[in-house]
Amino acid sequence: MNTPKLPPTPTKIKAETKNFNFYYGDFHALKNINIQLGENQVTALIGPSGCGKSTLLRSFNRMHDLYAGNRYEGELILHPDDTNLVDPRVDPIEVRMRLSMVFQKPNPFPKSIYENVIYGQRVRGVTKRSVLDDKVEEALTNAALWDEVKHRLHDMAFALSGGQQQRLCIARALATDPEVLLFDEPTSALDPIATASIEELIDELKKKVTILIVTHNMQQAARVSDYTAYMYLGEMIEFGVTDEIFIKPKDKRTEDYITGRFG
Amino acid sequence: MNEHLSTQFDTELDDLRALLTRMGGLVEEQVRTATLALAEGDAELVERVVARDAEVDQFEIEIDNICNHVIARRQPTAIDLRVVMSVSKTVTDLERIGDEAKKIAKASGKIIERHSRTPCPQVLAVRHMGEQCAAMLHEVLNAFVRMDSDAALQIVRRDKEIDQSFRSITRELVTYMMEDPRTISNSLDIIFSVKSLERIGDHCKNIAKDVIFIVKGRDVRHLKLDELEQEAASK
Repeated sequence: MNTPKLPPTPTKIKAETKNFNFYYGDFHALKNINIQLGENQVTALIGPSGCGKSTLLRSFNRMHDLYAGNRYEGELILHPDDTNLVDPRVDPIEVRMRLSMVFQKPNPFPKSIYENVIYGQRVRGVTKRSVLDDKVEEALTNAALWDEVKHRLHDMAFALSGGQQQRLCIARALATDPEVLLFDEPTSALDPIATASIEELIDELKKKVTILIVTHNMQQAARVSDYTAYMYLGEMIEFGVTDEIFIKPKDKRTEDYITGRFG
Repeated sequence: MNEHLSTQFDTELDDLRALLTRMGGLVEEQVRTATLALAEGDAELVERVVARDAEVDQFEIEIDNICNHVIARRQPTAIDLRVVMSVSKTVTDLERIGDEAKKIAKASGKIIERHSRTPCPQVLAVRHMGEQCAAMLHEVLNAFVRMDSDAALQIVRRDKEIDQSFRSITRELVTYMMEDPRTISNSLDIIFSVKSLERIGDHCKNIAKDVIFIVKGRDVRHLKLDELEQEAASK
């Protein structure tokens, strides 16, 4: 009676960080982060701008490799094979296949809908038409876009609405059969209806993949996530069941932030 | 507690607390007046309680409106969420306390109408019980305003005293009725009235539990007293 309704306890941890640190040159952006992503659950990262939530999300698919001077410390483990994602010997391209990212603004490639979806397969060297066709249908169906675009798969992706483009990006992310989906403010450029459809989709997707989402919209975190982490100044202040965070957070700093007293 | 970035939000929450305090003050007065009407057989006081019940109802509507507004517009979380939910429940309890006060007043009215003014040896005890209830209400509202869960816990404990008064007055009245059946009508009205007072104690207890919920974030309704004490003591 006293415990808020708990999300199903994860039978497995899909990914976790262990004493994870990140530096942009001299700037210590993430300080000793320990977080576990339960398999088939949605974990939300919240916190004010500059708190490190996007930096943490991007570490999961090695986006920081693109700039010199960035440095990872500690471990970022993907289960069940216990791969340390930030180990330089691990191929970042393979990491990005297994942990796909969806960004703030829909960013389809200047190609057809079809080509956008199978881009990852092409990178992998898949050329067989029937395999690609199946993949396109599967990914678009899972992204709840198939019915809207099945008759115009070869139209340019830019012909779609913003919400459709974002679902196309989700389909593109799904087409590599990732184990984890990383969402970096996936709805901040969308209208409320498109936002609601993406949130609905997240709820569906978690049956298949593990999801980590960064959002500025706290109500969105409350709506879509099973677990929530509050970050501030590069530290993880509180990490727990979403209901607990939003009803009775343990840390005063979390309470101040989620009630809008931060400042 | 720090202020919100939105000063308008702070104003709305302040309004809620202020209105709740005013409503609580009015209801407390209703309880005192109704008990006095019963003890003194004063028809004017009866009228006053019955008339002012509409004001209590008006407060209930006004405060719940603000709660709805805050939920719709602000999507309160954490402490704010707990405050808004608890204010809404407390308002319901206060409104019911108001109704009980009206029932007591009406019962007094019936006794007065009978012109009998049968000397009732329980008048002092009834008056004392009324005072107990009004004081309990006063303190629970203070605990609400100060967010004092320790004080709230004291109030939960004190409800036992009210229950005790109820039992002892009822027992006496039963004896009284057996001795002289002509007192039955009046005695029944007094029994209904002390039952109302006993219910008022229960409503105060509910409010006290809401205060503990606000402060501790734990739902302590329907817990036994010792379990509740443990929860209230937890961090």
